[in-house]
Amino acid sequence: MPRFPYDERDLAKFREVQQLAYHCAEQVAAWIEPGVTERQATAELRRCLVRAGVQDFFHVPFAWFGDRTAFRHFRTPLQFFAGSRVLAEGMPYVLDCAPVVDGYTADIGYGGKVGENPVWDLLAKDLRVYRELILREVRARKPLAEVYAAVDAQLAAHGYDNRHQVYPGRVIGHQVTRNTARGPAGVNLFGFGVRTLQTLGRELVKERLEGRSPLWAGGRASRHAPTPGLWAVEPHIGFRDVGIKFEELLVVTDEDAYWLDDDLPHVRRWALQEDAA
Amino acid sequence: MTGRSNGTHGTDGTHGTDGTDATRRRTVDSGGLALAVYEQGDPARPTVLLVHGYPDDHSVWDDVAADLAADHHVVRYDTRGSGASGVPAAREDYRLELLGQDLYAVADAVSPDRPVHVVAHDWGSVQAWEAVTAPGAYRRIASYTTMSGPCLDHMGHWIRHRLRRPTPRHLSQLLRQGAHSWYIALFQLPVLAPAAWKLGLARLWPRVLRDLEAVRPRPGHPQATLAKDAVHGIELYRANMRPRVRAPRERHTEVPVQLITLQRDHYVADFLSEGLERWVPRLTRRTLDATHWSALLEKGPAVAALVREFTARDHTAARQEPSAAGELVVVTGGGSGIGRATALAFADRGTRVVVCDRDLPAARRTAELCELSGAKAAAYRVDVSDGAAVDAFARQVAADHGVPDVVVNNAGIGHSGTFLETTEEEWRRVLDVNLWGVIHGCRAFGQLMVERGTGGHLVNLASAAAYLPAKRLAAYATSKSAVLMLSDCLRAELAPHRIGVSAICPGIVNTDITRTTTFSGLHDDALAAKQAKVSKLYARRGFPPEKVAAEILRAVRTRKPVVPVTFEAKAARLLGRLSPGLLRLLARVNAG
Ligand SMILES: NC(=O)c1ccc[n+]([C@@H]2O[C@H](COP(=O)([O-])OP(=O)(O)OC[C@H]3O[C@@H](n4cnc5c(N)ncnc54)[C@H](O)[C@@H]3O)[C@@H](O)[C@H]2O)c1
Repeated sequence: MPRFPYDERDLAKFREVQQLAYHCAEQVAAWIEPGVTERQATAELRRCLVRAGVQDFFHVPFAWFGDRTAFRHFRTPLQFFAGSRVLAEGMPYVLDCAPVVDGYTADIGYGGKVGENPVWDLLAKDLRVYRELILREVRARKPLAEVYAAVDAQLAAHGYDNRHQVYPGRVIGHQVTRNTARGPAGVNLFGFGVRTLQTLGRELVKERLEGRSPLWAGGRASRHAPTPGLWAVEPHIGFRDVGIKFEELLVVTDEDAYWLDDDLPHVRRWALQEDAA
Repeated sequence: MTGRSNGTHGTDGTHGTDGTDATRRRTVDSGGLALAVYEQGDPARPTVLLVHGYPDDHSVWDDVAADLAADHHVVRYDTRGSGASGVPAAREDYRLELLGQDLYAVADAVSPDRPVHVVAHDWGSVQAWEAVTAPGAYRRIASYTTMSGPCLDHMGHWIRHRLRRPTPRHLSQLLRQGAHSWYIALFQLPVLAPAAWKLGLARLWPRVLRDLEAVRPRPGHPQATLAKDAVHGIELYRANMRPRVRAPRERHTEVPVQLITLQRDHYVADFLSEGLERWVPRLTRRTLDATHWSALLEKGPAVAALVREFTARDHTAARQEPSAAGELVVVTGGGSGIGRATALAFADRGTRVVVCDRDLPAARRTAELCELSGAKAAAYRVDVSDGAAVDAFARQVAADHGVPDVVVNNAGIGHSGTFLETTEEEWRRVLDVNLWGVIHGCRAFGQLMVERGTGGHLVNLASAAAYLPAKRLAAYATSKSAVLMLSDCLRAELAPHRIGVSAICPGIVNTDITRTTTFSGLHDDALAAKQAKVSKLYARRGFPPEKVAAEILRAVRTRKPVVPVTFEAKAARLLGRLSPGLLRLLARVNAG
C-alpha cells in the first residue's frame, strides 16, 4: 500500500476548494426557482465558480431535475448532461460540480427541492445513515467492494435503490489526486477535463498494476482495502422518481479515515433536525 | 334544430301529491328528433336516467322505476325508433354517436344543473357506454350502472386481443360468445329479420319471455308497439355492429361504473367483461341471479336496490381513487421484497395497509414508505408459522382497523436441498412458514371475511416451483404446491361468500430471499458463498418485485385464480401441460 501522500497544507487546500464548491452550489440553490432549466442552472453554477477563481474542472457541472435526479430512463451517458428539463414546484434537483484550483480538486453533490416533497424529505434524512455507514466500514479497513455491498444492503433495508450504479463503471466513488497534468486547462472531452483524463488514465494504469483501482465499485477490481489518499464518495440513493446524493472527500490515512470536512450543508441540516427533534 | 341543442315541448301527465306515483310525460328534442320522456319522483332528488334495450320501450323499467321513485327523480325515455319517440329515416341516423347525444339531450333537459346517474340494459347499455366514454362525461354523468350491454369498442378490443393470443381459453371464450350472439348475425339478413318480427315473433314474444327467460306474462307487457319497435331497432345492429367491432376506438371513462352481471343471461357471457378495468378504472362488479329479462321484469326491486346503493355512494370523494375509499389490505412478510412492493402498490391506490413481519423494524419501514403515498399504514410483529399468534393478529387488525378486504399471505422462506439431504428440522421449518403460514392466514382472515359477509379476496404466494419439480427444491416445491392446491380448494369453498382466492406463482424475482435461503448441508462460509452466488443470479435475471406486486393487484381486480409471473413461470406452466414427461426429466437437473 502506498503511504498517505498529503500534508496538512494540502488538506487545507482541498478543504478550501470543497468549501468553495459547496458554497457556489448553495448560492445556485438560493437562486433556483420553478421555470429554470437544467442548462440555465449549470451555466449559473459555472459562472459562480469562475467568479470564485476556479480555472479548470475535473468534470463539467451537472444539474438534474425531477425524475432525472433518480436517473430514471437513462440509457446513454449523454443523458447525464444538463438538458432542457424545466424545474417545477415540488421537484427535487441535484447539482454536481468538480472545480479545480491550483491542481486541488473538489467533487461535490448537492441535493435540493423546491416546495413540498415528502419523499425527498425522507431520503434527505436517511442519507445520513450512508455517510456514517461508509465511514464506519472504511475505518474497519473492509475491502471497498464489501463496503459497496454494505451500502446495497442498507438500501434494500430502507426500500431504496442504488442510483450510483447508473454512473459509468457503477462507481460509488473515485480517488482524487492533486492534478499535475499539463494539458490545456478548461478544455473538456466527454464532460471530463482533459487534465482529468490524463491524470485518471495514468492512475488507472498505475493502480491496476498494483491490483487496486482508483474507481470504487462493487466488482472484483475493488476487492482491496481502502487505498490511503483522498476519495470522492458519492452515494446516490433513490425512491421511485426522487433521487438524492452527497459527494465529498473522504480522507483515508495509513491507519484511519475521516470525512475531510463536517461543515457542509447536509451535515448542518441533520444537526438542525436533531436539535429540533 | 341541429346538433345537441334541445328544447322541451310541453309537459303532460299530472303531478301526484307526493310527487312519486304519477308519471309526467314530456318531449325532448334531440337534433330534430322528438324523444318521448317519462318522469317520476321528486325532481329535487338525485336523477336516475333509465335507458331500455331492444326490442323494448321505456315500460320494461316499470318495476325498477316505481321502486326508485320513492327517493329518486326517475327519468325514462323511449330511444329513437321505439315507443312514442320519433323514427329516424335513414340507417345512419341510428349511429351510436347520435344515440349518445340523445342521452345527453334528455339529461340536459331533465337535470340541467346536476349530473345524472345512468342505468341501462341491453342496447340501452350499448348506447349509454357511448355517452359514458365521451370525453368529460363525468361532468354530466355521476355514475353508470350497466347490465347486459357492452361498449362495442371494448368488445372489439376484447375480440382482437383474443384473436391475437389464441390460447385455448381465449378461443373457447370467442366461440362461446359467438354462440350467444347468433341473433346478431340473423339481424344482418336483409328481408328475413324484419319479416320474422312482423309475421309472428312479436305475437310469440310473451311466450319466448316465459319459456326462455323465466318472465311471467303480465298486463301491459310487452308494449303495444313491439312489432314496429323490433323492426326499427334492427337498424341499431346494422348501423353499428360492424364498424365498431372492426375498428374499435380507445374508449376510457372516469365515471364510476357498476357492472351487474346477470348469471343466467343467454345473450351476453360474463367473461365478455374480462379486462374491463383497462377502460374503466373505477369499476364495481356485482352479480344478480337473473336472466336477461327477468332482471327487470321479475327482479326489479333487486336491481333498484343495487342502483340505490351505488347512487348513494359519495363518488366525488373517491374521484382520483379507483378503489373504494377505506379499503384495507393486510400483507404478511411485508418487510421485504414482494411483500413490501405489494404493500406500496396498494398504498399508491389509497388503500389502507397493515403489514406484518417477524422482523418488526422492516415492517415499520414499509409502513413509513406507504405513508409517503398518503395512505394510512400500520406494522405488527407476527411469526406466521405460529397459529395462535396469527389468530391474535387477525383479531387485533379487526379491532384496530376493521376486517380487511384483501389479505396477501406472502411471508415465505427459501430452502434448497434434495429429499435425502433435507433434515426433518429443515422440512418442518419450510412447511411451518410456507404452508402453515398460509393456512393460518387464510383461516383467521377468511373466517372474519365470511362473518362480515361482504366478500373479499385472499392472495397466496405460491411459486413456479409449485408445478415445476426440481430435485434440489424438494421441501420448498412441496410447500408451494400445497399452497397452490389449498388455494384451489379454498376458492371453491369461499365462492358463495364472494371471497376470491388467487395463487401467485412467480419465477425468479430479485429480492432478499436468496440472502436468507438455506441450503442443506452448507454452513457458515460455504453457505454465505452459495447465497451470494444465487443472489447474483437472481440480480442478473433482474425481475423486480414491483412487477409481481402489479400482477397481485390485477389478480385482485379481476379475480384471476392462478397467476404465473415472469416468463419462466409461464413457460413452465405451459410445458407442464404440453409435455409433463419433459418437465419430469428437467427435474433431474441440479438447479435450485
Ligand atoms: N423471490 C422469488 O424469486 C420468489 C419466487 C417465487 C415465490 N416467492 C415467494 O414470494 C414470497 C415473498 O418472497 P420474497 O422474495 O419477497 O422474499 P423476502 O425474503 O424478500 O421477503 C420475505 C419476508 O417475509 C418475512 N418472513 C419470513 N418468515 C416469516 C415468518 N415466519 N413470519 C413472518 N414473516 C416472515 C421475512 O422477514 C421477509 O421480510 C415468499 O412466499 C416466496 O416463497 C418468491
